[in-house]
Amino acid sequence: MANSKNAVKISKKHLLGIQDLSISDVKTILSESKNFIALNKSKNKKIDILRGKTQINLFFEPSTRTQSSFELAGKRLGADVMSMNITNSAIKKGETLIDTAMTLNAMHPDIIVVRHQDSGASNLLSQKVNCAVLNAGDGRREHPTQALLDALTIMEKKNKIEGLKIAICGDILHSRVARSNIYLLNMLGADINIVAPSNLMPKDLEKFGVNTFTNMKEGVKDCDIVMMLRLQNERMTSSFLSSNREYYEYYGLTPDKLEKAKSDAIIMHPGPMNRGIEIDTKLADDINKSVIKEQVELGVAVRMACLKLFCE
Amino acid sequence: MMKKQYFLNAKIIDPKNSIDEIGGLIIGENGKIEAIGKKVNQNNIPSREKYIDLKEKFIFPGLVDMRVFVGEPGYEYKENFRTLSNAALAGGVTSVVTMPNTSPVIDNVSMVDFLKRRGRDKSKINIFPTASLTKGLEGTNMNEFGLLNKKGIIGYTDGTQTIQNTRLMSRIMRSAFDLDALVIQHAEDNELSKDGQVNDGIIATKLGLQGIPDYAEKIIIERDLTLLEDFNCRYHIAQISSEKSVEIIKNRKEIVKFTTGVSINNLSLNQNDIGDFRTFLKLSPPLRTEEDRLSLIKGINQNLIDVIVSDHKPEDEESKRLTFSQAATGASGIETLLPLALELFHNGSIKLNKIIECMTSNPAKILKIDKGSLSVGSDADLCIVDIYKPWVVKKEKMISKSKNTCIEDKKLQGKVISTFINGVELFKC
Repeated sequence: MANSKNAVKISKKHLLGIQDLSISDVKTILSESKNFIALNKSKNKKIDILRGKTQINLFFEPSTRTQSSFELAGKRLGADVMSMNITNSAIKKGETLIDTAMTLNAMHPDIIVVRHQDSGASNLLSQKVNCAVLNAGDGRREHPTQALLDALTIMEKKNKIEGLKIAICGDILHSRVARSNIYLLNMLGADINIVAPSNLMPKDLEKFGVNTFTNMKEGVKDCDIVMMLRLQNERMTSSFLSSNREYYEYYGLTPDKLEKAKSDAIIMHPGPMNRGIEIDTKLADDINKSVIKEQVELGVAVRMACLKLFCE
Repeated sequence: MMKKQYFLNAKIIDPKNSIDEIGGLIIGENGKIEAIGKKVNQNNIPSREKYIDLKEKFIFPGLVDMRVFVGEPGYEYKENFRTLSNAALAGGVTSVVTMPNTSPVIDNVSMVDFLKRRGRDKSKINIFPTASLTKGLEGTNMNEFGLLNKKGIIGYTDGTQTIQNTRLMSRIMRSAFDLDALVIQHAEDNELSKDGQVNDGIIATKLGLQGIPDYAEKIIIERDLTLLEDFNCRYHIAQISSEKSVEIIKNRKEIVKFTTGVSINNLSLNQNDIGDFRTFLKLSPPLRTEEDRLSLIKGINQNLIDVIVSDHKPEDEESKRLTFSQAATGASGIETLLPLALELFHNGSIKLNKIIECMTSNPAKILKIDKGSLSVGSDADLCIVDIYKPWVVKKEKMISKSKNTCIEDKKLQGKVISTFINGVELFKC
């Protein structure tokens, strides 16, 4: 059960990115997460291993699922959870990230969960506070808990990750989910294909040990997993694409493109989805292929595991 | 009147006069150099005179740093003329070219008067101010090069900004030709570098930061050198950072006349040094790849790059203690310019003579100023350097008002022992 007798340790104080973790850290988190899946399905979902601990969710960027997932995870473990949406408070008064961090630090939290629009924000924060910092997404850099929940979902569905062929498709340039998944799935032995139009493909990505494709049918060919990413229009400062219509035609996941993948391929998406832009709406809801809901469900378990392990 | 000063047994390097020998130097009572070279030795100075035996330490001409930001007026809390002078002297720099990116901008005759007064009253080093190429650095209306020339402005640049409008650039060149004005361009295409934080490449991808591609620099250089074929004014590229730029310079060197600078930062560091979001290494132009760095060194050795600058840009801590994309750009570096450049000598990248040439006679020639040499009769602006002395860069020991060094904890070899201006020793280690 959740309270394993032999306490396992993580090598890092903070969870800032997958790139900082060792493979044993990752395995520890994933196996701890599995313990919480059952708990989350049971009638009494609350335990008290984090009783007396204070968790602050510091969200500088709007978020629905990640924030509620972390909030629920903390509450189910018995922590006192405080969620702060900073988008419209202190920052507008001119306070810097470091000052906000120092203020919160003075309240003696045990864990701070942070999301920020700037890459590296969680690293900066972690240098200034005494407690553990969990990165819930920083700019385009990393979103470690999303990658961990994706890995857990794949393991639940395919019983393994090593040797699987995984396509990650869409707006890679602006995606922290893509970066974290590349690090994690690579570490766990998957073969990764990245599919994106050249304008949304980060430079030198091949050096991260992935295969890159601008043709989606080629990129998803024979894949076990097709992971779609959201087109992040809000991060685009100038024209990257001609139109959503054309994007859908070439990079949207449609039955004819999915046909190139393995017949038992599953579809993933970190959400929120742009239906009809990066994914066909029927495919998104196809319970035989799409595991998008499971991703959300397992997200709570992964975040419980992370809170527990990094709070210790 | 000061007393005559005699220095003997020094290794003297003076690229302008092709001096690279062990000898002596005499500073006259008027603060000018009276004699220099191997002919100055113990046998031919008056026996009653006191002399200093430098024991084969080096004498270089006082360095001329072509790219320095000072906070006056408007940003005195970052650096003022007094703190800049002290930092410069500690680095053997005796003349600086100041950038016009102040508040208000140096773009009119009365601002130049103010600057000269402040410089005269507060500065110990020689200040050679530039004015902006365009009014208010806005990139739309060209400045009064003629009137400003008469006030003693030695060059024109928008500093951290680039003239984006090609038609305006062509007209600036025409006007600069007529008025013999030196145009100094910061080469960066605004649209291509928009929101950019670091070199576009693996580090940008890894850190999740917007990249600045090398062709953003190349495209402006190419454009300007094309215009220069028709409007041949005095033109200097402030700093280059990439192999692509070195190549284009090599290709055009035979066709048009121009000069080029490089920052010591781009010569000594690469993008990997940024590590885990070290905002003190957020620079413009950005640090690029190791291949780019090596090509810049090659560029110096092949006489394609003429000048090495500190790109001294003091920023207070508050401007740097932010996320990478919010943090200010630039590093404080005037006092480490020479020691960091000496690293390139110690590791065999560039000959000592060449390094000194790029920081003394070459900039002086481009600027048409009578500095950067140890010619007999010229002002005795010089530094005495122990080029082998080891030390470690520590920001708390920095003299500049802003401590934003990009080489914190770096082990260097070579330190300035003393610096003279007009024959007066103004710094002593």
